[in-house]
Amino acid sequence: MTPQGFDVVARLVKARSGLVLTPDKLYMLETRLAPMLRQQGIASLDALALRLGRGAPEERLAAAVTEALTTNETSFFRDGTPFEHLRKVLPKLTMARPPGAAVRIWSAACSTGQEAYSVAMLAAELAPQLGGRRVEILGTDIAEEILARAREGAFTQFEVQRGLPVQMLVKYFRQDPAGGGRWRIAEPLRAMARFQSFNLLGDPRALGTFDVIFCRNVLIYFDPPTKAQVLAAVASRLAPDGYLYLGGAETVLGLTDRLVPVPGQRGVHELPRPAALTA
Amino acid sequence: MDTDRISAPGTCLVVDDSRTVRRAARRMLEAQGFIVAEAEDGAQALEACRADLPDLVLLDWNMPVMDGPSFLRAARAEFGPDRPVVMLCTTEAALERILEALEAGAQEYVMKPFDETILRDKLAQVGLLPQSPA
Ligand SMILES: C[S@@+](CC[C@H](N)C(=O)[O-])C[C@H]1O[C@@H](n2cnc3c(N)ncnc32)[C@H](O)[C@@H]1O
Repeated sequence: MTPQGFDVVARLVKARSGLVLTPDKLYMLETRLAPMLRQQGIASLDALALRLGRGAPEERLAAAVTEALTTNETSFFRDGTPFEHLRKVLPKLTMARPPGAAVRIWSAACSTGQEAYSVAMLAAELAPQLGGRRVEILGTDIAEEILARAREGAFTQFEVQRGLPVQMLVKYFRQDPAGGGRWRIAEPLRAMARFQSFNLLGDPRALGTFDVIFCRNVLIYFDPPTKAQVLAAVASRLAPDGYLYLGGAETVLGLTDRLVPVPGQRGVHELPRPAALTA
Repeated sequence: MDTDRISAPGTCLVVDDSRTVRRAARRMLEAQGFIVAEAEDGAQALEACRADLPDLVLLDWNMPVMDGPSFLRAARAEFGPDRPVVMLCTTEAALERILEALEAGAQEYVMKPFDETILRDKLAQVGLLPQSPA
């Protein structure tokens, strides 16, 4: 692929999703886009770049290219610590809500849904302490194929062995009667979660506000201005007493003052207290 | 959780009638710092436990002489519910089989085929390795 061709693709993907592709990602670009090129009968990456470089590239092609270049790696209870923190704070957070109100949790950049369903399992475990209040989980991502998998709530044998204690597997999953060795999340837990397409570069106001937001392992792919923009947007959706979880390699420091780290809790953030009072 | 164990994860007995599987498991466990011994069936494993009780037993299901669940029940009767930690590692992947193993006192269950990532996750699950921020 020519440097010019690479540049066209990188610029398109950055504009659509925020994902930064540096030239050392050329190899990744080749492997990730090869199946799509074959499928669409496009001769080469340069031919693709040529089509994408036109004034108004075909929307579906541009979306498919962007989607193919997202990294969807995830696992149940990833990193452990955010979920341990949530286990501790969820009862208090929930009981602070009026009876009949639902607690709303957002898995922004949810990938195939493991994060959302981990929260659902946690909520199921904590149910006796939630005073009958409903937990509503929203998973959003930019990648449609990934979202379809999340909605289905069916996971491969490999996926259910990543991060998920076997006791939870037997309690909350059933073997897919359709075969294929897949495991399906129990219906009541699946019903707790809803999945919809949402681009983190967009305006999140229509999603409402959330008591807990997971925005993990996606900022790492963005440049600092995009990180700052996304963090500010996400912070605007957080309840005054809510929590935001970032990934292990992500921070708000130097990017926004609308969120502050909770001391001693890796990845846990909240609104600055004075702002929280006036919010 | 025992913090000593985290700096030196401990000893593991790999019980499988396939030499290839034992060798692969040994390599993965040694990479995590475990000291590994091997047994070819449940009866050998029981003998090995009597001689020197390991922290962990990685246990195949189907084996000649004495199968995994029989070993598990015997080990629980003889050594109690907590030690050694027993992790099944088998191609048996039906829910009923997993439930059977848990009832017999297994702490974890690995469905073959598995890889290093799964094994590490499962070892963290039972507290024999620290939770790795993936
Ligand atoms: C590595 S996964 C993280 C999944 C999960 N949050 C976790 O921590 O395990 C990153 C996800 O972010 C999504 N993503 C990338 N750019 C996005 C954007 N601009 N808007 C929404 N989602 C995006 C990708 O499609 C991918 O599924």
